[in-house]
Amino acid sequence: MYKYDQYDQAMVDARVAEFRDQVRRRLDGTLPEDKFRPLRLMNGLYLQLHAYMLRVAVPYGTLSSAQMRVLGDIADKYDRGYGHFTTRQNIQYNWIKLEDAPDILADLAKVEMHAIQTSGNCIRNISSDQYAGATADELIDPRPYAELLRQWSSFHPEFSYLPRKFKIAVIASATDRAAMRLHDIGIEIVRNEQGEIGAAFYVGGGMGRTPMIAPCINAFVPLDQLITYSEACLRVYNRYGRRDNKYKARIKILVHELGKDEYTRQVEAEFAHLLSQGIEPPLAELERIKVQFADPAFETGLPDSVDRSDPDFAVWVDRNTAAHRVPGYAIVTISLKPVGGIPGDATADQIRLMADLAKEYSFDELRVTHAQNIVLPHVRKADLYALWTKLDEAGLSTANLDTIGDIIACPGLDYCSLANARSIPVAQKISERFAGREAEIGELKLKISGCINACGHHHAGHIGILGVDRKGTENYQLLLGGSEGADTSLGQITGPGFDEDGIVGAIEKATEVYLANKQGEERFLDTYRRVGMAPFKEAIYG
Amino acid sequence: MKILTGNDLKSGAVTWWAGNGWSLHVEDAVDVGTDAETILAREEAARRVVSGYAIDAEKTADGVRPAHIKDRIRAVGPTVRLDLSLKPADPAAGNWVI
Amino acid sequence: MVEVQLRFRDDDAVADPAVTVDAFGDQTNAAAVRIEPGDDARDLLPHLERIRLVEVNFPSFGDGRGYSAARILREAGYTGELRAVGDVAVDQLHAMRRCGFDAFAPEHPLDPAHTERAFATWPEVYQATTDDRTPIWKLRHG
Ligand code: SF4
Repeated sequence: MYKYDQYDQAMVDARVAEFRDQVRRRLDGTLPEDKFRPLRLMNGLYLQLHAYMLRVAVPYGTLSSAQMRVLGDIADKYDRGYGHFTTRQNIQYNWIKLEDAPDILADLAKVEMHAIQTSGNCIRNISSDQYAGATADELIDPRPYAELLRQWSSFHPEFSYLPRKFKIAVIASATDRAAMRLHDIGIEIVRNEQGEIGAAFYVGGGMGRTPMIAPCINAFVPLDQLITYSEACLRVYNRYGRRDNKYKARIKILVHELGKDEYTRQVEAEFAHLLSQGIEPPLAELERIKVQFADPAFETGLPDSVDRSDPDFAVWVDRNTAAHRVPGYAIVTISLKPVGGIPGDATADQIRLMADLAKEYSFDELRVTHAQNIVLPHVRKADLYALWTKLDEAGLSTANLDTIGDIIACPGLDYCSLANARSIPVAQKISERFAGREAEIGELKLKISGCINACGHHHAGHIGILGVDRKGTENYQLLLGGSEGADTSLGQITGPGFDEDGIVGAIEKATEVYLANKQGEERFLDTYRRVGMAPFKEAIYG
Repeated sequence: MKILTGNDLKSGAVTWWAGNGWSLHVEDAVDVGTDAETILAREEAARRVVSGYAIDAEKTADGVRPAHIKDRIRAVGPTVRLDLSLKPADPAAGNWVI
Repeated sequence: MVEVQLRFRDDDAVADPAVTVDAFGDQTNAAAVRIEPGDDARDLLPHLERIRLVEVNFPSFGDGRGYSAARILREAGYTGELRAVGDVAVDQLHAMRRCGFDAFAPEHPLDPAHTERAFATWPEVYQATTDDRTPIWKLRHG
């Protein structure tokens, strides 16, 4: 894992001091709210429905046990005993006091954490593959590149007042687990025909009101030009992204309106200019970072088999573990989606327990997934049963990864001031309705957003639900056929919306259509793609 | 009736204009008639409230009921965590929202 | 004209009124020009020798196009005064300075105690720009 040196530490410490000063000026009246708001947002502090909300950055989703433990402690000390893991691999707290915010940032800084740029019209926390460094299907660990970009994007002097927020994802596996092409910039670390490592840039993806899949604008940027190329992409956006309409201000609209070719031409021209400016860190810096992501001390010669005599355990192993690249190890996903629970929420005690378990069983490391779960990336197979037993005691052993119960849901109208409808109660009802049918229904990614901003990634769900406001009452639209993996696609709306009970019934009908039409090993998405919308529509509305 | 709501600047807590100050309880909200802007400007300048706005509400047998579900949820708390609401013991609090 | 509150230059301030980018191309003797957010700073590049003052207007602090305009001018070798005018607040000073601004004429005067603190906030910087600060990666690798 990346360790701060004195420079990194000095920067987050400076940020704490700066924000403490800004809060003081807000409270003493020097700084009015309209000027303070963008400053607090750049430190992750929102004013939500019930209180201030603080979003803490988890760079590329990676955490140490010590960091995770502090996240639990903050939930107890400054919040109401829980936190919410988000679809951008961060954590947020719902009941924060403005006066406490600087102290929280100071507590975070002690464990090399921060809330820098977790909101605002700037480059946001960079996301990545939650299996990075552990999975067999990756070319290389993508996180060093994400860390390089993290430093470049932190307090960037030119790009703090962009037209809109800007999200970057970095992956290095063709099995895209980070919805890379639905980001403002998606970077895939690739190998070219000469065997060199470089970066493919996908620019202009996103969800929200106008979902778009990012086109590839450069299939191979050499590693010693990564920052310069990113800077060129951002500069063209900062100069020409629309600022007249907040809904058209994301880079996807610029790329769409200019056309991919013209945007690319402008980026390449800016890039050619910037190459002479000496803004690229030397490759030695990348090497320095890479060393810190070196493998932990994996043991060799470990048994690769698992004792499956406990049937509940065996189900969990099948559902919630993934293949590790080192024999004898497994990647474990801890589901934060108990039946009827609030997706992504964890209590302070659960957070600290997961920290302890990571220390004991996973070389001190955890990951947050964009599906709002927690990953222990390096668990010995021989330890799986002991781990599962402890998770089970804490209500963390739900075996539903990537099934209909593993719902992504944004906070919705229960917490979010932008919401049109509640997301969480819908998720709870669906999870209760389908509990126990994981094996029968198989992989089915269900995603719920409480408004068109799409924080719940509804466009990318095999089944997506979008909350809308219909004359003052909550209404839910149903989408089918979205996906965010290597086969990214956008879901299509089935037709008229439903109330809360109606939407659960409609999903039940959709699963019936799937089960009736399924051929062989087809997943819900495969069947939908083969048979199309018509039979689903007929069953749902007929 | 027209009532005023916002958040307490320091704590962020949802507050309602009660005529002579801000209350945590929507029942205390008073009709401000056409004075909304004047009161909000004064209270925001005095840093007693942030993000204030006026809403429609009606006086019912159960007290003041904001017209929009969003403000009813603000008045109660997250419907999925009624244990954290202002009335944790009231099982009907969730129904009032809808 | 709004007063220049902060200036990090030793030469005399240019007194000429700044003309618009459009007008500038035709006025062969103008030495001061004013860039609005929608203007292309690169239109000025053929004329850099005769420019002594560029004002970059920030009608609203949230519109960050002026930061790019400033860097583009400095990257092209412009050495005259680069002045940020308009909605310039203390919390933006550091980033503006890093982008090449060396004079500030905020429409609302800033508290000198605050400005001093603003420039002292950041012990180091992560990015290389045309200013004289050494980025952290260079400190690490010499
Ligand atoms: S999708 Fe809408 S309701 Fe949900 S968290 Fe985002 S902004 Fe809020």
